[in-house]
Amino acid sequence: MTISFSASNDDFAARADRVRVRANWMRRRLLGMIVKAGQGHPGGDLSATDILATLYFDVLRIDPSRPDAADRDRFVMSKGHCTGALYSALAARGFFPEDELDTYLQPESRLNGHPNRVYLPGVETNTGPLGHGFPVAVGIAIAGQIDRADYRVFALTGDGELQEGSMWEAAMLAGHRGLGRLTVIVDRNRLQQGARTEDTNALEPLADKWRAFGWEVVEVDGHDVAALLTAFDAAAEPRDRPRCIIANTAKGHGVSFMRDQAGWHHGVPSAEQYAQAISELEAETGS
Amino acid sequence: MSAAAAPQGMFDCRDAYVATLEELAIVDPRIVAVVNDSVGSSKLGKFRDRFPDRLINVGIAEQNMVSVGAGLANGGKIPFVSGAGCFLTARAMEQIKVDCGYSQANVKLCGISSGVAYGELGATHHSIEDVAWLRAIDKLTVIVPADPWQTGEAIRAAVAHEGPVYIRISRMPVPALDRGDAPFAIGRAETLRTGGDVAIVANGTLVHRALAAAAMLAGEGIAARVINMATVSPIDIAALAEAAATGAIVTAEEGLAHGGLGGAVAEWCARNAPVPMRMLGFPGFLPTGSAEWLMQRFGLSADGIVAAVRDVLDQRSTR
Repeated sequence: MTISFSASNDDFAARADRVRVRANWMRRRLLGMIVKAGQGHPGGDLSATDILATLYFDVLRIDPSRPDAADRDRFVMSKGHCTGALYSALAARGFFPEDELDTYLQPESRLNGHPNRVYLPGVETNTGPLGHGFPVAVGIAIAGQIDRADYRVFALTGDGELQEGSMWEAAMLAGHRGLGRLTVIVDRNRLQQGARTEDTNALEPLADKWRAFGWEVVEVDGHDVAALLTAFDAAAEPRDRPRCIIANTAKGHGVSFMRDQAGWHHGVPSAEQYAQAISELEAETGS
Repeated sequence: MSAAAAPQGMFDCRDAYVATLEELAIVDPRIVAVVNDSVGSSKLGKFRDRFPDRLINVGIAEQNMVSVGAGLANGGKIPFVSGAGCFLTARAMEQIKVDCGYSQANVKLCGISSGVAYGELGATHHSIEDVAWLRAIDKLTVIVPADPWQTGEAIRAAVAHEGPVYIRISRMPVPALDRGDAPFAIGRAETLRTGGDVAIVANGTLVHRALAAAAMLAGEGIAARVINMATVSPIDIAALAEAAATGAIVTAEEGLAHGGLGGAVAEWCARNAPVPMRMLGFPGFLPTGSAEWLMQRFGLSADGIVAAVRDVLDQRSTR
């Protein structure tokens, strides 16, 4: 199979650089959205940002002018509370005007705290309660399997979300049916809302669990864009099993005082903290 | 209750469901069935043999079954998600709310053997709360067909309708109703008998019992209007106005006496045309007994409906 995404002829390093620039922009933009809205989920947004940037600016074969195209790749945001990251990616990719990000969580905004496909192009299914998006993605992949369609299906789950039983119902079925065009990415930041996953209801040995359910598993540093690109390139190869990418991440990655802190699951930076965060992120770009 | 053939002149609506689904599936490749190890109880064995790639058995996993249905709809399919009504609705309620209703996914949910069809198996296997629960979900159409013809029509209408639909499919034997040529339409009730003294608003397995009750009442000089309110959500307002115009209403359904069809009728009447009402249905968790014994025990019979009509007319005359 030939993957004909736009970046296929780019130099790998150039691809990674381009994704990094987008991810850095997303981090700054989503923090601004959260400050303006006075609420949000910055910790999980920032752990997912590099994964989303890699998907939206390199991997996904999508056309924002045809968000319902039958042959589009599907991306399902199973960890639906991380809309700061999702919306900034969708806007930057052209699904809606970037200015609209300033309406995040405002009355009548299309940018609800959790994504809504009825209002917002680019959203495949409404998520928010955990344990929903990934099983829907499995259903999409089954439709593609029945039709022998070319599109691929990606779902991003939280790691705490894997405590939901419905996730394993879906994982079992995907393994059973050999859904080779399905890739799940686990945002393995090891923190759930209140505490560490391993102190709450331990997930390890996580890779073994997925393998036991019939999945291929790769583990990558979820903030290493080159590693993510390599994993996604491999995921595009024909195969007869679904693939799980366990992306080891940190909540709040990119902002020193937020990194790996459960307290930033929810939370709004003060003006001073926001200025510091932006300054750190700008320093990262060398701008 | 066994799946033995229905008595002479009586029908198991599951047969109309699968016959219609197979007929439609021949010409519409988008139609698929999704089951939770319920091929037999949904009577989908022939569908599976005919369309092996289009029968998706997720195993005993109702939450996943409904989410997978929503995913199949995203992929352009028209999934008929079929499972025992008790498990499909209670176990997968949030999936029905979020993945189907809120997402406005084109999923058709078929609650098989709903109501008290599983009789002696007890409250775990009764699906008497489903209509009350599901009519609370925005954007979800809720249909309770009364006989084989209407079951088939409901399946056709569900395919034609873009959006989530719940169809309650009984295995309790029912007769084929006498009716004119009025086509079935979602949201439109059927007036099966005219009458100006009282209205009986029923659906599903209670419709033929309501007609029998109306015939008995006619012998007493009471002209009862019988309305088959097959679609509970959205409900037919015009038919409700006609029912209220009689001055008294009895509702009858194979479900809870509160929150379902009776609740929907009462809500509208309270706001627009308050009239005395009686609501026949089940009170809650039920004692052990066969389906038919439970129906009789709780007045969901022609005699029970007649008694409720007399009662509501007594109230009206003494006001």
